[in-house]
Amino acid sequence: MEINAGKPKPNGGLLGWFATSLGRILVSIFVPVVTFIVLWQGFLFLRNSKAPQLVLVIVAIIWGVGGVALLFTVSNWIIEKLPGEWTRRLQPFVFVGPALAILAWFLVIPTIRTLYLSVMDANSFHFVGIANYIYAFTNRIMLEAFRNNLLWLVFGTSFSVGIGLLIAVLADRSRFENVYKAIIFMPMAISFVGAGVIWKFIYTYKGTGSGIQEIGLLNAIVLALGGTSQPWLQLPPWNNFFLIIIMVWLQTGFAMVILSSAIKGVDAEMLEAARIDGANEIQVFFRITIPTIQGSLITVSTTILIFSLKLFDIVRVMTGGNYGTNVIANEFYLERFTFGNAGRASAIAMVLLVAVIPVMIYNLRQFRESKAF
Amino acid sequence: MATAPRSFKHQKLTSSVIVNVALILICLIWIIPTIGVLVTSFRNSQEIFTTGWWTIFPHRAYVDSGVIHIDPNVNLDGPISIPGYKGQYTFDQLRAGVKASDGHMLTWYGNKRTRQVDVSTLKWVGFSAQLTIKNYTDVLSSQNVSYQDANGNSIIRQGDNLINAFLNSVAVAVPATIIPILIAAFAAYGFAWLKFPGRKFLFTLVVALLVVPLQIALVPIVQDYTKLDLNGTYLGIWLAHTGFGLPLAIYLLFNYISGLPRDILESAFIDGASNFTIFTQLILPLSVPALASFAIFQFLWVWNDYLVALIFLGSKNLVLTVTLANMVGEKGQDWQLLTSGAFISMLLPLAVFFALQRYFVRGLTAGSVKG
Repeated sequence: MEINAGKPKPNGGLLGWFATSLGRILVSIFVPVVTFIVLWQGFLFLRNSKAPQLVLVIVAIIWGVGGVALLFTVSNWIIEKLPGEWTRRLQPFVFVGPALAILAWFLVIPTIRTLYLSVMDANSFHFVGIANYIYAFTNRIMLEAFRNNLLWLVFGTSFSVGIGLLIAVLADRSRFENVYKAIIFMPMAISFVGAGVIWKFIYTYKGTGSGIQEIGLLNAIVLALGGTSQPWLQLPPWNNFFLIIIMVWLQTGFAMVILSSAIKGVDAEMLEAARIDGANEIQVFFRITIPTIQGSLITVSTTILIFSLKLFDIVRVMTGGNYGTNVIANEFYLERFTFGNAGRASAIAMVLLVAVIPVMIYNLRQFRESKAF
Repeated sequence: MATAPRSFKHQKLTSSVIVNVALILICLIWIIPTIGVLVTSFRNSQEIFTTGWWTIFPHRAYVDSGVIHIDPNVNLDGPISIPGYKGQYTFDQLRAGVKASDGHMLTWYGNKRTRQVDVSTLKWVGFSAQLTIKNYTDVLSSQNVSYQDANGNSIIRQGDNLINAFLNSVAVAVPATIIPILIAAFAAYGFAWLKFPGRKFLFTLVVALLVVPLQIALVPIVQDYTKLDLNGTYLGIWLAHTGFGLPLAIYLLFNYISGLPRDILESAFIDGASNFTIFTQLILPLSVPALASFAIFQFLWVWNDYLVALIFLGSKNLVLTVTLANMVGEKGQDWQLLTSGAFISMLLPLAVFFALQRYFVRGLTAGSVKG
């Protein structure tokens, strides 16, 4: 009833006057308050209830999704109640406001706060200057992590992009292209933790002894070829490569898909003309295809580079960073959540941020050139 | 000259065969790890611990075919002759197993005092494994479960309650997919069609945030969540995923929404529709392809996420990835549970992926650099 009263009624007499001014103000307060109470009750219910899990899950989904839709509707409703000029001025902020607020809370302000925390001690009480950064760049474990991340960056990226490109080129010449591509692409849907289990099973090692049969595929192959079985994940520095293989397995599909669609965009007439002029397939590939898909190659490489820079899950699950496989993101996690040193963790996070700044600048430059605005 | 077209055709056929063989090889390498886990998840635990998963396929193996007892008078320190076989072998050779002249394998059983030699023959073994779904019921259960180890002993363990973890993953992933899309679609419309001060600067900020590593936010946000009592709540993790997913979502949806024909909007404006009506009635339905491709991307990302769930949910409301990672840590050799658990965690993303692959690919090629 009250909600209906909020709508302007031009010919309503005294009642209409109430409805359009006083009623309007009351309703404008009433509706947000009710919305807030409903959402708050939902939050408390989800946090404290002992209802069956399935009920909680359904309530959570409805509450979460419905709540956001409700907030947008109600805030827009209030804005549209304002005089026309104000509606026009404020409405854009109903649309972009929530996004900007969340971006500010979760990314922009944390960057500044992390910078601040990175010059403070473990409990963020005392100023320690650049001590955390000195630690980050001189500690033996950190240096090992940097070396390993470099391995991930170089080998992870080049293998993913290289194999992805190879498959994209080959599949382009096959009738069963889609089947091959779906198989290579499938690991993209698997979590790093799931992939960790899959590959840990490949690398598993039972040791030597009479009557013991290796159940890990890699050791079984090595034995069949006359070698001796090995605990692959405990052999530095090679274990890093066994972990990198997992990322290659996961990321090649991504590189392949993007490069494949770029290859399909290469001008067929130009390729044909080059072949008629006597260029062989390898020349055609390096002189025409590669320069044409250069943009996509850069995009794919930077995406996978950033990916391997922040890599965490695989190392965490497979070795926990032991046996010389530590990486920066794992060291960040250990510093903050195992050793409780917010200062060092923040300094490590800042190092990660600085490492992606060139890509950020490249993106911004591309964006300015695209003239989307 | 007459043979030229034919040899050209021949050449083309050869190159096509080479291409396909190469691709089949690569695809086999790619898919075998997953098949290994799938097969293992259906084998009974004792078999998993004693033989490789590939042994369920037909293969040649030594099968026990008899036992020979060595006379107590035979001196085991010298060469030993085995009754019924030509040649003599030392004890150490027999201990390691030797191939006798007729293809039988002779292996000494146990220590010297047993005086027993097992004879085995190389035979084709067909499909012999006993497949079971017990691993799946065990790993889903929250009750105690028992299984057989390599020596056939019964071991009792607490089940991993993956049903609960699966439901939690759904409760985390569905809203954490829809909420950022909704917020980003509103924002993309605002950036594309509405005028407000700071519009260009703010959008440039969104582009800059595309590659910011989420580690930068974790330390301060954990502080906030502790103060607000949001750790371990669904709301907390939805907000975190929304925050980390928004830059890419806004960027992709902006590219799509700003490309929609301007006259549709203008005629709707002339008809007196408000921005809100235009957005919900016109723009959202028109943007379904872009929304779908981002939705798949975000869903896979959230469902498969480990770091954010580990930090913001902790041990409350355990999701699949966190449970599975804990299992790897605690029961690293319980392959019957790990493999079936891994497969349960993959079921939904693989289904979504294969059903909506086209949208997913479109979303990826639309440009995606995620921070």
